[in-house]
Amino acid sequence: MNVAIVKYNAGNLYSVSHALKRLGVEPCITANPQTLLAADKVIFPGVGEAANTMRHLQQTGLDKLICSLRQPLLGICLGMQLLCKHSEEGDVDGLGIFDVNILRFQPRNHDDKVPHMGWNTLSHTQGELFKGFTDEEFVYFVHSYYAPICPDTAAQTDYILPFSAALQKDNFYATQFHPEKSGSVGERILRNFLAL
Amino acid sequence: MLAKRIIPCLDIKDGQTVKGTNFVNLREAGDPVELGRFYSQEGADELVFLDITASHEKRKTFTELVERVAANINIPFTVGGGIHELSDVERLLQAGADKVSVNSSALRNPQLIDEIASHFGSQVCVVAIDAKETPDGWKCYLNGGRIETGRGLFEWAHEAADRGAGEILFTSMNHDGVKTGYANEALAKLADALPIPVIASGGAGAMEHFRDAFLIGKADAALAASVFHFGEINISKLKQYLCAHNVNVRLR
Repeated sequence: MNVAIVKYNAGNLYSVSHALKRLGVEPCITANPQTLLAADKVIFPGVGEAANTMRHLQQTGLDKLICSLRQPLLGICLGMQLLCKHSEEGDVDGLGIFDVNILRFQPRNHDDKVPHMGWNTLSHTQGELFKGFTDEEFVYFVHSYYAPICPDTAAQTDYILPFSAALQKDNFYATQFHPEKSGSVGERILRNFLAL
Repeated sequence: MLAKRIIPCLDIKDGQTVKGTNFVNLREAGDPVELGRFYSQEGADELVFLDITASHEKRKTFTELVERVAANINIPFTVGGGIHELSDVERLLQAGADKVSVNSSALRNPQLIDEIASHFGSQVCVVAIDAKETPDGWKCYLNGGRIETGRGLFEWAHEAADRGAGEILFTSMNHDGVKTGYANEALAKLADALPIPVIASGGAGAMEHFRDAFLIGKADAALAASVFHFGEINISKLKQYLCAHNVNVRLR
C-alpha cells in the first residue's frame, strides 16, 4: 500500500511515520503533488500554530491540492483543525472541508486546565475509523482549541464541554487526538484507516 | 473524563537506565527501550527519560536513544537532562520526543521557557522543579539537588507557568527516595495555584501514595521510578487499585 504523509512546516510528522512502520507500512513523507495525488492513502498530521501553518499551505499550493484529493485522507490534531472552516487561533480561514469553526477552550473554573492534555475517552463513535469500537476507549489528546459538535462529528469527548474528537465527511477523516501516540487503541484506528 | 496519569521515569546514564536514591548511589537497571515498552504494555500513560550524565560528548548517545524510543513506543514520552538552549530542544524533538523537561537551565535562564513555548508550543515544555522544605519554606535547588537557591517553589512555579510552561514536574527532595509518600500538602497548593497540570514526583513507596497524590495532592499525574524498576509496584495492578479508590485512570 502506498501511504503518503503531507510534508509541511509542522511538527510530529515522524511520530506518524513511526506508528505506520510499526503496523508494517512504509510511508512516504512528501510535499510532491504527483506523489500525494497518486497515494492510496494520505495522512495530514500536525502540531503547530494554525495561522502560520495555513499561510505555508497557501504559499506551497498544498491547500488546493489537499481539497482536491479523492482517496481517504486522515487529518490529525492541527491537521484536523485546518480542514475546518475557520480557526480562532490566529483568526484564520481553513480549508473548509468540514463546515465547523475551531474555538478556544474557555475554562469554567480552576480545574479546567488548558491545554486539554492527556488520556480521555471517546463516546458516540461512528463510521469506519471506529469499526469494532465499544464506547469509552481512551486516546491521547494535546490541544487548546476544539471543534464543536456538528453534523460531521464521528466521535465525541467531554472536556469542559462535549466536543468533536473526530470528524468525517466523504473521503475526509480527522481526529483531534493523536492515534500515533494512543497505544493499542490508536493502532486499531490507524489500521481501520489503512483498511478503508 | 480526563484520566490521571501514571508516569514511570527512567534515569539514563550512558544509554542505560539507573535510579538514584536521594539523588546519589546509582544502581543499574536495564535497557531503556525494553523497559519503556514493558511499562507501556503494563499501562503506563507516558514515559520520562532523564539523561543524568548529559555531558557534551554523551549527547549523541542520548539522542540516538530518543530515536530508538520514538520508533518503538506508542505512547507519549518526555526527555530531560542537559537541555540548555533552544537547539537542544530542537534536536530532541526532531529525534521524536513529544515533550522536553527543563530544570536548572530554566531556573538560571527563565527566558528559555518563553523561547521553547513560542517556538514549539507550551505543550512540549515541562518545567521540572527540585525543591526542599526548609525552615524558610520550600526552596528550589539546582543541579539535581546539589546547589541551593534562594528561590521559593511557589513563586518560581508561577513564573514558569506565566512564561509558557505546559506542565510543572515537582520533585520534593525531602520525600525523594524515602518511599513514605509524596509531598501532598505542597502539591495541593501548587495544583490550586497553577493554571497548568502538576506532576507529582518523589516519595512513592506504596499504592496508597499514588492515591493520596491524586486525591489529597490534587496532582494531574504521578511519576515514580524505583518502585516500578524493581517490580515493587505493578502498573496494571496500581491502576486497578486507583480505580477501586475512585481515581479516574485509563484501564485497558
